[in-house]
Amino acid sequence: MKEKIIEARNLTKKYDDFTAVNDISFQVEKGEIFGLLGPNGAGKTTTINMLTGMAKISAGKIYYDGIDLTKNMKKAQEIIGVVADESNLYDEMSGYDNLCFCGSLYGLSKTERENKAKDLLNIFRLNEAGNRKFKAYSKGMKRKLTIAAALIHNPQILFLDEPTSGIDVASARQIRDLIKTLNEKNTTVFLTTHYIEEAERLCDRVAFLNKGKIIMIDTVNNLINAAKDEHLIEVVLKEKISEKVQFALKLNEEFPYVNCSFKNDDTLNIISSKQIDISPIVNHLSSQNKFIIEARLHRPSLEDAFVKWTGIEIDLMKKEKEKK
Amino acid sequence: MKQSIAFWNILLKDMKNYYLKPPNISWGIVFPFAWMLMMFIRTRTVFNIEEVFSGIVAMSILFGTTSMLSVTITFERKSRSFERLLLAPIRMELLITAKITGAILFGIFNSIIPVLFSVLYFKAAVADWTMLVTGIILLSIISTLLGLFISVSAKEVFEAQTYSNFFRFPMIFLCGLFIPISALPVLIQPLSYLLPVTYGVDILKYSITGDNALSIVLDLAFVITFCFILFYSSLFFIKKKWII
Repeated sequence: MKEKIIEARNLTKKYDDFTAVNDISFQVEKGEIFGLLGPNGAGKTTTINMLTGMAKISAGKIYYDGIDLTKNMKKAQEIIGVVADESNLYDEMSGYDNLCFCGSLYGLSKTERENKAKDLLNIFRLNEAGNRKFKAYSKGMKRKLTIAAALIHNPQILFLDEPTSGIDVASARQIRDLIKTLNEKNTTVFLTTHYIEEAERLCDRVAFLNKGKIIMIDTVNNLINAAKDEHLIEVVLKEKISEKVQFALKLNEEFPYVNCSFKNDDTLNIISSKQIDISPIVNHLSSQNKFIIEARLHRPSLEDAFVKWTGIEIDLMKKEKEKK
Repeated sequence: MKQSIAFWNILLKDMKNYYLKPPNISWGIVFPFAWMLMMFIRTRTVFNIEEVFSGIVAMSILFGTTSMLSVTITFERKSRSFERLLLAPIRMELLITAKITGAILFGIFNSIIPVLFSVLYFKAAVADWTMLVTGIILLSIISTLLGLFISVSAKEVFEAQTYSNFFRFPMIFLCGLFIPISALPVLIQPLSYLLPVTYGVDILKYSITGDNALSIVLDLAFVITFCFILFYSSLFFIKKKWII
């Protein structure tokens, strides 16, 4: 197992009688992208707030690389960068000045912060807008500059709360690429998102959070595999089959461990509870002079896994988020 | 070293973004000037500058600093840029000191016009220049800390402005600026001595006329004690209310 950089033990957050986060424990490994997924009110932002020192912990412990956050919050804050769910830089300052100011908060010298600000504007393709006031930036540009500001002091861990929420497709794509690049340079990334496909694409490990409790926590592949109830292979034939029922029955006799059915005239679905060895089926169809154009394995997605484990419909979750 | 870089840059950012903006500079010049003019018109020929000097200086400081700090902090909290400061590895005491230093300097700047105008134009005599400077600095600090205390309770900018006025206007009449405390109804007098500004104003009066209601040592002791109380109680409420 890799070295752990974040360790949360029995974290609980209560607001009077309401428990927002209920006794959760998890570890984040050095250099991984860890995702926290859940619907509105699941406790994602509260968890990030506790991890970054913006919310008091009702019970439990947080360790950063061995530093106890509850005892030495300011020391822990030196190694983290935080991107809140809304861009929170200074409207009246230029992009460049905002970055330099954020650098000064971490004690960077004038030369250090100026050089780093120029580098970041370059990396985030904001050079031309560097001298423009932050308030004149588009939503996507604001998001990018906010991420850049969180990176000014080279943090070991980057917290991102809904990094691509509400921004244009091109900016979202660029931000995802930047997260990947950062991670390749060994920055640990902790992100929350309600875009499950984004988490599937980016994260190494994911935790499903619902009503303040962690429902499942594992690697993306393990979560997907655990969600598999059946294996499905879709086979597309060159010619249409007229006697579909007979053809399927014959195939079932030959391969009793699979169920065959026609999706349409030329597409056959082969379903099994076990993993399917497709070569004998392909050989059999070839011997019957049935030419195969395409055969593809249908893989469940992280979304399927999320629905299976939390019982929450994704569309409903997205609608709630958009309403917010 | 790292902490001092952060301190200096927070102060510079506030000065540049808020205090050195033309509307605020003009406020610092126009407001005391208007007060001087009002006094001049009211008293006509029997204008005694020494009597109104301390009042105008105190008003300029009080009105400049209390609202400025409470409004800027509430504005930053509302736009969430204050979160950046809370997330930075800076001690809370240092962060708040950096935030209030800008307002204190703004308060001192606000006092310059009435002092210059009174001394150079109206030929006001100052009994103790050292105490005048001390009084201006202490009154700027205490007014700023009152603004900080107000900002802890305000969630919206308009609330900060309303709360500032709620404190300031009664204070003008209770702190002995225009009506001596001894001339106030007996039941109200204890209230006057609970106001930190009362002692700051008394220092100013002493520095100009050489005469004051309390002893200067007591005035200084009370103002400094109030500064500590307001600073640490604001800090306590910030930690309690803003890091929830």
